[in-house]
Amino acid sequence: MAALVIRDVNKRFGPVDVLQGINLEIGSGEFTVLVGPSGCGKSTLLNIIAGLEKQTSGSVEIDGRAVNDVPPRDRDIAMVFQSYALYPSMTVRQNITFGMECRNVPRAERDAAVARVSHLLQIEPLLNRKPGQLSGGQRQRVAMGRALVRDPKLFLFDEPLSNLDAKLRVEMRMEIKQLHQRIHSTMVYVTHDQIEAMTMATRIAVMHHGLVQQFADPETVYNRPANLFVARFMGAPPMNTLPARLVAAGSGVNAVVGTGDEQVVLPLPPEMAGFAGREVILGLRPECIAEERRRFGEDVEPLMVEAPVVMTEPTGAETVVLLVLGGERVLGRLSPDVRLRPGERGRFSLDMRRACLFDPKTETLIG
Amino acid sequence: MREVPFTWTRGLVYIVVVLLAAAYLVPLVVVVLNSLRSAQEIAQTSMIGWPKTWAFGNYAEAWGSFCIAQTCTGIQPFMLNSMIITLPATVLSTLLGAVAGYAISLWRFRGDGWIFGLVTLGVFLPEQMRLIPWTIVLRDVGLSNTLAGLVMIHTIQGMSFTTLFCRNYYLSIPQELMKAARIDGAGFFRIFWRIVLPLSPPILIVTVIWQFTGIWNEFLYGVTLTTGTQQPITAALIALSAAIADAPQHGVQSAAVMVAALPTLLVYVFGGRYFVRGLTAGAVK
Repeated sequence: MAALVIRDVNKRFGPVDVLQGINLEIGSGEFTVLVGPSGCGKSTLLNIIAGLEKQTSGSVEIDGRAVNDVPPRDRDIAMVFQSYALYPSMTVRQNITFGMECRNVPRAERDAAVARVSHLLQIEPLLNRKPGQLSGGQRQRVAMGRALVRDPKLFLFDEPLSNLDAKLRVEMRMEIKQLHQRIHSTMVYVTHDQIEAMTMATRIAVMHHGLVQQFADPETVYNRPANLFVARFMGAPPMNTLPARLVAAGSGVNAVVGTGDEQVVLPLPPEMAGFAGREVILGLRPECIAEERRRFGEDVEPLMVEAPVVMTEPTGAETVVLLVLGGERVLGRLSPDVRLRPGERGRFSLDMRRACLFDPKTETLIG
Repeated sequence: MREVPFTWTRGLVYIVVVLLAAAYLVPLVVVVLNSLRSAQEIAQTSMIGWPKTWAFGNYAEAWGSFCIAQTCTGIQPFMLNSMIITLPATVLSTLLGAVAGYAISLWRFRGDGWIFGLVTLGVFLPEQMRLIPWTIVLRDVGLSNTLAGLVMIHTIQGMSFTTLFCRNYYLSIPQELMKAARIDGAGFFRIFWRIVLPLSPPILIVTVIWQFTGIWNEFLYGVTLTTGTQQPITAALIALSAAIADAPQHGVQSAAVMVAALPTLLVYVFGGRYFVRGLTAGAVK
């Protein structure tokens, strides 16, 4: 059963359409990530789900109940905020139990809930401290505790990790994911960080300009992006997108990139033969461009191309290389022991099986 | 600390500063000295001078037995009047201003900007302009020539300032805190009481000091809207000088002025530090 249904939700601030016809159906126990650049409307959507803002039109259902006119306190939700939003004058214990205090939960029950949650998050030693005496990571845990103690139908996260330093962010990311695997609650998580989206989500809603660009599982979003925006937003480094002409070659089809001396011919998988004769945008993930000796599968004959190197970025685990292919700049990901100098010509092994084709006008995925 | 080398410009700055400070303090010094001199001594020598004999009796007389407008009780009952006016008016205007500032800054509602504009307009309206409307209001509610009437006026008028102060301070409370509290199920007054008020001492100290000194020192309404035994100390001091216009009693008058100024002086001495700190503080670091 759907834990959360968002139907035709619009939001307008004066002349600005922040959300335009959002439709999402989120199953019970799913971890849905709303991801997009700042200003895409993802936080507004989360606030509307929480009842902190009112949609201009459309409806929100939580656990089968329409909650359009239900105030936040009665929606049976919990929320974790970017700034943690811990009450500064209360102790950690009071912060965690404030919601129960507001609902007149008996003291014994409150104490039991605090004990359970503080054990789960290992914050027992912090219970009598004030938020001002906690580190960023500890505050984050307490904010999680305040949400968890309620056992709500829906957890909402508004960029909860973006105030943490890089190392702690990765740790907390794993913790939240493990937490979800343990308690199987329905979670909606807002972030601008596509890595958080990829690593944590069971399904990702990529948002841009107040529209859901794609709503699918991480693998689909990554390998079959619905349009050029998704292709370029998800993945770091992003997908290479090159204008190409498709030319029939026997029973197959070739993508021709560039003209004259720079022209490169890239044979595409046979199932794309039907697109012969069209102008397209060819999408190729950087990991599909590797050093010469790389093989992408036992019985896959790799495509070899020669191309000049513009720049290399060694990251330790791999080396990102910027090269020119058919007059276009593209990124590849090489084994770190391959050393290429800027200006050199290198030979590269290409995996064309994972190529995507986009319509140059509508920018949507066609093949 | 860095040693600052002496220069002529620097010396000049010191001279100017000391002269200005001295000029500013002269009236206080004259009043303090005269409060300790007898009437004859002042009459025989000059208004400015060091006491030949210390006339501490001036204070006892000013406080308890001097005659003001045919009642010989000193300024004591009028000091009490001022306390009865100032304390409730200060507390009420501060609390109401805190609630109003909280509502305007942290709860968005239709027309909140307009209401804030109207409230702050009250800060800029001159006292004299409001005098006759207040006279009519007091008459209509039956509080003419009463301490309660002045409490009401100062409470309501003070709210313009206290609302402005508190609203500006509360703007630094993050909206996410409000959102978290609403999801936790707290309503308007619970959020105020449990979350906002505990963050408020810096600004409450500022408004209390501001209101206390303002209301204590207020003169126009006191002298216009009350007479006789209902007057606050500021108005009574004028009655006192009028009563002795023919035979000046500068010593007792000075002592009365000193006593009348004491509460606000004490508030500044003990609260001044917090006042400066509070004016520059934010609610959440």
